[in-house]
Amino acid sequence: MLDKVLFYIFAGLAIASGALMVTRRNAVHSAIFLVTALLATAGIFLQLRAEFLFIVQIILYVGGIMVLFIFVIMLVNLDVALQQIQFARQKWVALIVALALSAQFGLMLWSSEKIPGQGIPVLAAPPASELPANSEAVAQSLFGNYLLAFEIASVLLLVAMIGAVVMAKKEK
Amino acid sequence: MMQAVIQATMDFLKLYWAPLLCGLVIVAVLPLIVGYIVLVERKLMADMQARLGPMRVGPHGLLQPIADAVKLLIKEDIIPDNADKLVFWLAPVLSVGAALLSIAGLAIGPAFQIAKDINIGILFVVGVSAMGIFGIVLGGWASNSHYSLMGSLRSSAQLVSYETAAGMALVSGLLLTGTLNIKAIVEAQYNEGIWFVMLAPVAFFIYLVASIAETNRAPFDLPEAESELVAGYMTEFSGFRWSLYFLAEYTNMIVVSSVATTLFLGGWLRPFARVHFFNFLDYVPPLLMIGVAGYCLLRTPKQPSRVQQLFMLAVAGLCLALALVLLAPVALPIAKPLYAGIHGGFWFIFKVSAYIYFFMWLRFTIPRYRFDQLMRLGWQFLIPLSIVNVLVVGVALIVGSYFNLHGWSMLLVTTPAAIIALVVALMILAAGQQSSAGKENAPASDFYAG
Repeated sequence: MLDKVLFYIFAGLAIASGALMVTRRNAVHSAIFLVTALLATAGIFLQLRAEFLFIVQIILYVGGIMVLFIFVIMLVNLDVALQQIQFARQKWVALIVALALSAQFGLMLWSSEKIPGQGIPVLAAPPASELPANSEAVAQSLFGNYLLAFEIASVLLLVAMIGAVVMAKKEK
Repeated sequence: MMQAVIQATMDFLKLYWAPLLCGLVIVAVLPLIVGYIVLVERKLMADMQARLGPMRVGPHGLLQPIADAVKLLIKEDIIPDNADKLVFWLAPVLSVGAALLSIAGLAIGPAFQIAKDINIGILFVVGVSAMGIFGIVLGGWASNSHYSLMGSLRSSAQLVSYETAAGMALVSGLLLTGTLNIKAIVEAQYNEGIWFVMLAPVAFFIYLVASIAETNRAPFDLPEAESELVAGYMTEFSGFRWSLYFLAEYTNMIVVSSVATTLFLGGWLRPFARVHFFNFLDYVPPLLMIGVAGYCLLRTPKQPSRVQQLFMLAVAGLCLALALVLLAPVALPIAKPLYAGIHGGFWFIFKVSAYIYFFMWLRFTIPRYRFDQLMRLGWQFLIPLSIVNVLVVGVALIVGSYFNLHGWSMLLVTTPAAIIALVVALMILAAGQQSSAGKENAPASDFYAG
């Protein structure tokens, strides 16, 4: 009961703040709603007993990336930006992408297994006692099963980081 | 429908009454504690500057925090005309909310913890308390004032830079335990019989510096540097909103000190918790309280008015009661099961207070940094040092496990690791001085050439 109520609260919050984030004219307000959406998603992670994902979402996206976003937004002169037309009008592209996405989701919902008695298809979560400790499980799969992919991704990120530093450096 | 809701609420309360109660206690008591931390800070500052500090309200200014709180509550609440009203309202609440929420993960002694045994323990505390930055940044932006904006820009830059160093320092500490769970971290220190500050001193030092920067305390209080920015991001806030920021700042101090205490200073453990020879240390907490009570009684006749004498007596009585509570688990066999909870709480609070005292001491001793010095210290010194430290601590642990070392003999491998890290630190400093010397020469020669 409580689980369901919490899920609908978080999901509704995520969707509503996502919509608000796109429609606000003021960039700082958009950023605040993006933070809300990210936090609501983190809440859903927590409800799925993925504590590690929850806290990584908060530390990385909310505490790191969004702070940098707001930092940049505040450096831009908002009074000038408010008077410009900020909304890209690509109706047809947006429509096609939205249709493709909803088709994908619909296919997934339709083809996944349904719990008898309830119409909604859900992936049944195993009870908490059967799960291995969450951060240990993530570490096992990252540094055990998918070590090569993990290392490739980190090398890519390092290259991007060094590239950014080189490009930002002034010419002498 | 109504019945179902009531039923669900009752079930919820039945399951979670204990953490809810703990949370209520924290929200109710914390402002009082913060008020008294401020009083201690003012008294210490006065002492170090050869003054008396607050003396008027209550004996030795003991009621000053309450008077301050009342003053702040009844002050006029001003919102600037051109401010972004909603964000202006939201910002202080965000700061306080994040700070209070992060306390939920902390364990004040083995018995008092709101969110018990969460798997991500220390990450939760660090991550949630870092969200308080939004309060500062948004508050500074919403005030629509240049000083506030400068303050919040500085603050966000400072926090993002020092969080990396603090995180890396925490990683080197966590390598020693292999768990994020707060209870398990302290138990690991109990089992090893040694606090992790001995095994990873460099990591502790990095965390100390980075935590001062993260809480915006002097010498890193550039976001509110009053000689340059009036009051930084708090310039336009008054009355209760301002006091919310203040509450958040001091709560954050408590949070970072608690994290350091848990990970490096042995949490709620007594010094030498496993050595029976040092069992007499159990009598130190009650004796300390009795000493404070005796001092209060000694000072009572010297108070100027009857009310103040009574108040002093009340303080002495409170200390005696605390001494009895602390003495009971040691002296009475019946109260033995309460030992861990009561004495654990005492030692935890004692260590956190010592850490906060060190913060204050630094504040009165060291002058404020310049912003470019702050950035250079963070990016060119602390972050490289912390990365190197993670590396050498990891190597030391592997060597230690190869020779099957535990407890104090771990020092055989971690001390060389710390020395290597220190040598690297000196090398970084030397390199930095060389490059800055080169920089200072270059524009000067340009200037003369022009």
